[in-house]
Amino acid sequence: MKRLGLLAVILFGALLVYGTTDFPDWGDPSSPAATHLSPYYIQHSLHDTAVPNIVTAVLADYRGYDTMFETAVIFTAGLACLFLLRVFITPKETEASGLYRHRATGITLRIGQGGRLPLGTREFERIDSQWVPYDLIIRTACSLVLPFIQLFALYVVAHGHHSPGGGFQGGVIFGAALILFAISHNLRTTLKAMPEKRTNILTGTGVLIYVGTGVLCLLLGGQFLDYAALAGLLGVDPVMARSHGILIVEIGVAIAVMAVMVSLYYNLASAGHMDEGL
Amino acid sequence: MSAHYPIFLVVAPLMAALVIAIIARERPGLCPPLAAIALTASLWSAAGMLCRVLAEGPFSYHIGNWPPPMGIAYEVDHLNALVLVAMAAVALINLITTRQAVASDFTGREGYFYALYLLFCAGTFGILVTGDAFNLYVLLEITSISGYALVGLGHRDAALASLNYVFMGTIGASLYLLGVGYLYLITGTLNMADIFSILPRLFGSKVVVAAFVIAMTGLFMKMALFPLHGWLPNAYSEAASPVRSLIAPLTTKTMIYVMVRLGLYVFPPDFTFNHLLFAKVVVWVAAAGIVCASVLALSQTSLRRMLAYVLIAEVGYMVGGFWLGNRMAITGAILHIVNDAAMTLCVFLAVGSFTHQLRDDRFATLKGCFRRMPWTMVVLATAGLSMIGVPPTCGFFSKWYLIGGALTADHWGLVAALIFSSLVNAVLFFRVFEIAYYEPFADPHQEHRPALSYAEAPATMLAPMLFTAAGLVGLGLLTGRIVTHIIDAAIPAAIL
Amino acid sequence: MTTAGYINLIIAKYNYWIYIVLMCIGLWAMIAKRNLIKKIIGMNILQTAIILFYVSIATKKGATLPILGHHDAGHFVDYATVINPLPHVLMLTAIVVSVATLGVALALAMKIYNRYDTLEEDEIHARVRES
Repeated sequence: MKRLGLLAVILFGALLVYGTTDFPDWGDPSSPAATHLSPYYIQHSLHDTAVPNIVTAVLADYRGYDTMFETAVIFTAGLACLFLLRVFITPKETEASGLYRHRATGITLRIGQGGRLPLGTREFERIDSQWVPYDLIIRTACSLVLPFIQLFALYVVAHGHHSPGGGFQGGVIFGAALILFAISHNLRTTLKAMPEKRTNILTGTGVLIYVGTGVLCLLLGGQFLDYAALAGLLGVDPVMARSHGILIVEIGVAIAVMAVMVSLYYNLASAGHMDEGL
Repeated sequence: MSAHYPIFLVVAPLMAALVIAIIARERPGLCPPLAAIALTASLWSAAGMLCRVLAEGPFSYHIGNWPPPMGIAYEVDHLNALVLVAMAAVALINLITTRQAVASDFTGREGYFYALYLLFCAGTFGILVTGDAFNLYVLLEITSISGYALVGLGHRDAALASLNYVFMGTIGASLYLLGVGYLYLITGTLNMADIFSILPRLFGSKVVVAAFVIAMTGLFMKMALFPLHGWLPNAYSEAASPVRSLIAPLTTKTMIYVMVRLGLYVFPPDFTFNHLLFAKVVVWVAAAGIVCASVLALSQTSLRRMLAYVLIAEVGYMVGGFWLGNRMAITGAILHIVNDAAMTLCVFLAVGSFTHQLRDDRFATLKGCFRRMPWTMVVLATAGLSMIGVPPTCGFFSKWYLIGGALTADHWGLVAALIFSSLVNAVLFFRVFEIAYYEPFADPHQEHRPALSYAEAPATMLAPMLFTAAGLVGLGLLTGRIVTHIIDAAIPAAIL
Repeated sequence: MTTAGYINLIIAKYNYWIYIVLMCIGLWAMIAKRNLIKKIIGMNILQTAIILFYVSIATKKGATLPILGHHDAGHFVDYATVINPLPHVLMLTAIVVSVATLGVALALAMKIYNRYDTLEEDEIHARVRES
């Protein structure tokens, strides 16, 4: 089996080498890829869409349909993890069983299946089953950094027209900020700030913003995702309407990506139980 | 409205999936009707597109109003309009039939199931209608990822089978992506029609040869052609029955469609069939695959595993037929895409009915099923006869064209493989019928025979199944019209 | 071809050679490694190698970022001075796809671990045969 695998890899490598010998040189500005289609984008995108960042213009307008499905792919991944891992059990059981610490004395209680806390939950706090030391420095440092990361994420989304950035990058940074919060504090605190239900709704809503923009263009008499049709609605000329349309879908992408990143982390870290993890 | 059918086809299930995912936990009861409405809309658009193609010829839809090489275009012609109608019908019928099975197999997560189901369908329809090589990759991945998730939550070893499917599927899709990259490097474009017009100037280039071999190998992996079929038997037998009867008709057939599309409309047919030795090798591989898969099917002990191997043999039919490169064989291959989708749906719906009613589909539990589940057995028998190739079921006609094509090409190896596989199918299905006809022997230590209760599936499951079974005969009777009006126009005139 | 010719061939396309090596490493890991996580890592290397390949297509010697200034509006832009934006767009999509595949693969690996208590393929197959 291993020999056969080695043979397959060598054959495959040989095929790639065979093809590569006929490649144009690396960095050759006169190669077909550089001269057939891409000059159109480089020379016309600013005129067509009023977006200086050509990558953004191509991503969200010329090939906006790819990007819509790319967002749908990330949505599918979030949904797939939820579908595969999430354990749907009644909240009563999850609330009772687990480890609890008495706030005043530090005594830890273990509550079995179906058990209840002796005194009200006020006096006790739920703790993770694996002991994690309380680290003031890490918590404070992360809490200090978080707002800046989130602000930067918003900047990356909003400034995608003029600099490297856009919905995916901004969304990932925003999601990473929330994951950092979860790592530095714990999963339950994060779930209070960003409940699972909200991530689920945001995931769908983000993609819906994208698809909905496309459908709106269609209803306003254009082709699907033809942002120029939004000109009347936005009160600008068709070229600027394309620029604004790109911003709208980028915001949708950012929301979806952020929510999926968080949702993936929730499901993978807690193995679908949503009570504790990492 | 009718001008927007190509986009409506894909966006209706996509939007429904998003809405369903949002309301899945609060309103699970709304999900199945919403999914049915979305797929009905898709079927309606597909049928509308087929009518338009028949009346006016091929047309295209420019997304974002950008003309093709710059933007992405949907191209509708005879080939994909035909396959689209078949696939949309399969997805809708399966959705209606399996509703009860979904409720019992996926309790608590039906909403998410339907969302993934619709994403899978949206991806499949997109693959069929797109005219852009890279867009096809994105849609392929959306189909694959929802497929992995659906397979992953099935029988006991489903997660393992699904992870194996992830590995093989990702290698396949990556190879396709690499092939597209090679084509982009040498032509500078991603639009299929544009590549088609540029390639004849580049026949001598090694890059084109490498792109062709890499992309086709990737597709062979995704369609489970014989030596690369490793993921299929486990993935299909471990998946829950509603998933199996969705994925089995759609996945492999869609990939075969992509192969046909690449071979005829991206690479010029002259290059595909005559320029390299590749075509001849593939026909032999397919013939060997048909024989091996048929032999392996004989040694299985449960209906669904047996059918998984029969399916691999069927992939060999279509691949072998296509790569023969003559008009009759390609007609047979395209006709078989439609017929095999219908047959596979029919046979797996029957298996789903057994697993839903009897909780098992090993041959031993099927004893006495002609009495216990007579109508389901009628459906299984029709599908079985069609897979064997008995007229007037549709399986006969596509096999007729395939064997005719192989005879035209003087390819006796493929003729022999096709006939051998039909004989094996006959043995396989008549063995099943025999088991189901005779009831289990009475236990000598007991006074009574074991009670065999009447266990027929409910009418809501049965009606669509019987409709599908009737459809197999209907498709068979319509063969002549489908071939003269649609498939003839779908194959380039240069192919004789 | 002379030795100098070979050396020129290697230098002129060296990015492409590296992606081939990476791709073979990824494929080898997926075929030969028996640990599921290692296979998943191999899968990721394979996908990343393709990203390297596409991004290499985009390069032009001496060209700059595909971001224009507003002062470029109305002027003719020489396309040789700006790198090709299209492969970058395509690879943004491919990155997302590989993240999505990775997420699903990890979720499945987690389910497998819960069921068989191991991620070594040989041990898993032994468990499957037992039951």
